[in-house]
Amino acid sequence: MNKFIDPILVLVLLLNFVALGASRMRTVIQAVVVQGMLLGVLIALAHGKLEIWVSMMALVTILLKGIAIPRMLFDAIRDVVIRREVEPIIGFIASLFLGAVGTGLAVLFSRTLPIAHADMGSLIVPAALSTVLTGFLMLTTRTKAITQVVGYLILENGVFIFGMLLMEAIPFLVELGVLLDLFVAIFVMGIIIHKISREFSSVSTQMLSELKE
Amino acid sequence: MAWFLFLVPLVFAGLAAAIPSNRWRPWLVPAGGLTHLLLTGFAVLGEPVSALNGWLMLDPVSTLVLGFVSIMFFVCSLYAPAYLALQQGRSNRVFCACLLAMLGMMTLVIMAHHLGLMWVAIEATTLATAPLLFFNHNPRSLEATWKYLLIGSVGIALALLGTFFLAYSSIHEGLEPTLMLDDLVRLAPKLSPPWLHAAFVLLLVGYGTKMGLAPMHTWKPDAYGEAPGLVGALLACGVTSCAFLAILRFYQICRNAPEAAFAREILIFIGLLSMAVAAVFVIRQRDFKRMLAYSSVEHMGILVLGIGIGGVAIYGALLHMITNGLTKGVMFLSAGNIHRAYESKSTDDVRGAMHRLPISGPLFLAGFLMVTGSPPGGPFISELTILIGTIQAGKYWVSGLFLTLLAIVFIGMGATVLRVVQGVPSAKAVATPYHDRPQLVIPVIIFFVMALILGVWIPHPLDSLLHQAAAYLEGGVP
Repeated sequence: MNKFIDPILVLVLLLNFVALGASRMRTVIQAVVVQGMLLGVLIALAHGKLEIWVSMMALVTILLKGIAIPRMLFDAIRDVVIRREVEPIIGFIASLFLGAVGTGLAVLFSRTLPIAHADMGSLIVPAALSTVLTGFLMLTTRTKAITQVVGYLILENGVFIFGMLLMEAIPFLVELGVLLDLFVAIFVMGIIIHKISREFSSVSTQMLSELKE
Repeated sequence: MAWFLFLVPLVFAGLAAAIPSNRWRPWLVPAGGLTHLLLTGFAVLGEPVSALNGWLMLDPVSTLVLGFVSIMFFVCSLYAPAYLALQQGRSNRVFCACLLAMLGMMTLVIMAHHLGLMWVAIEATTLATAPLLFFNHNPRSLEATWKYLLIGSVGIALALLGTFFLAYSSIHEGLEPTLMLDDLVRLAPKLSPPWLHAAFVLLLVGYGTKMGLAPMHTWKPDAYGEAPGLVGALLACGVTSCAFLAILRFYQICRNAPEAAFAREILIFIGLLSMAVAAVFVIRQRDFKRMLAYSSVEHMGILVLGIGIGGVAIYGALLHMITNGLTKGVMFLSAGNIHRAYESKSTDDVRGAMHRLPISGPLFLAGFLMVTGSPPGGPFISELTILIGTIQAGKYWVSGLFLTLLAIVFIGMGATVLRVVQGVPSAKAVATPYHDRPQLVIPVIIFFVMALILGVWIPHPLDSLLHQAAAYLEGGVP
């Protein structure tokens, strides 16, 4: 079973780069959708045997990250009529380069942390950290509100990957709570994006610059 | 009991969402606040509270925070009906429901002894407060809400990663994996040091964002500046106290681990940095609500500084959480009244609040004097205790910096506050319909009296609870 974990994590990492390098909003969102679904599959694989709550968890993850949340995002871009122009503050090549550097650093850093689960595949910690860094990069270098939300989702995915190591320690209830919070957060952000687009006729957060010292 | 404490406010929130009358709905907020206060009273005085196999529990620290938050929410809630009556013609359904939901979630944070559950509840308070910030429905409040939501959520996501690291630090040692606070405190000496290190940093950054410590404080001036005074007061004393409690939980774990010295140094550094950042931005601040936000950054810094110093300063920090919260109640609510009377929050327009608002104006000035540590206000006693703590610990340079920064903030805030209260109000400001009315000043007076009393006399039950809480934090094994 576990021999599939590392290849899936490699896919997750590649999707980070797709999200960083794509200029079409739709592609960026799709990359996160696939990533979210892969996480659901990972949950099922990481646990070894499929108990009821594990499959429930995997199912809820796929439903939320793969269907419900992307739907809200697609609705949002349809409402505010944007297809292209992700308008990064730094260029795509530069973001890809920074993403690669981040991944390298994540691998180096995770070497310094002792790992107990040798059997879980060696990629979980570096993949988690580099996904978190990718999320950060998107949050800070993109100007569109929706791309920032996607960055937040990627960051959350990174945290989620790390959670795989702790399937036993984190009760089902708490995992559900985490997912529910994520869902509501994206929902509220969706509403705010809608209001931003109505108020400023744009979804660029560069418009949000009135409040400063 | 534990279930009632956090479910009752949620039931009230549901009721608020269901009631059609815009006029009667706001009264559910004080009703919910009063019920919660009564339940808290029973819980504190009655049998020890514990539920869900110890997931929810009231220890001395959470008893202290719960009592404080409950009283604070109740007094603030008295302000809500009159405030919302001024906002005729705008639905307050979401506002009332979110206020009550926020109370329920704060209660859950306070009682949680399972760190995962605590995380879920803290994120839920963020989400419940976002619509409150947006109540004024203008571009500026939209911007503030967006920043609050995004920065808050990202910070909280890092805290989740930190929580996971913490859990992993026990797995690594071949121990039973757990996120139960009591187990982690007990196992602390055996946790894997590198993971614990990383966890503490992530948690401090994450929950520090929520608490508004520098340099993660950037959402705070915008949010407090644009939020209604009532929401500002609840954020500045309620939500930040919950985030502070979260940091206390992790301090408690680190304290028993070999990393205690490392954790203390970081806390002292962040505390002083927050005070310094506040001191820089408070000078020449022309927006008096943003000024309050920087004051909040400063006081959050004082709280973590007190914890970092240890010893008697822990007692001081816990007391300061309460005294600062009460004076923040005075400041935010009276600032809200002034804002309404002048329809501006810039010192360019706001002058002579003493004359224009004969009750809110003087209270704003008195609140400023107390919050900057003038005797006989409550914060004077708690700041003095923390100062004594730094001297006892032999950290004289911290004492020196602490006093210098307090003095700078006093001068900086003083310039702004005096401009607001002194002088003659403009003709435009006198013409606005707002005037001080009982429901809008009585809550402010209650906060003021409580803060003043704590400055001259700390009631015995509170004193012993503070000592118990400090001993609980320092003692380690529960």
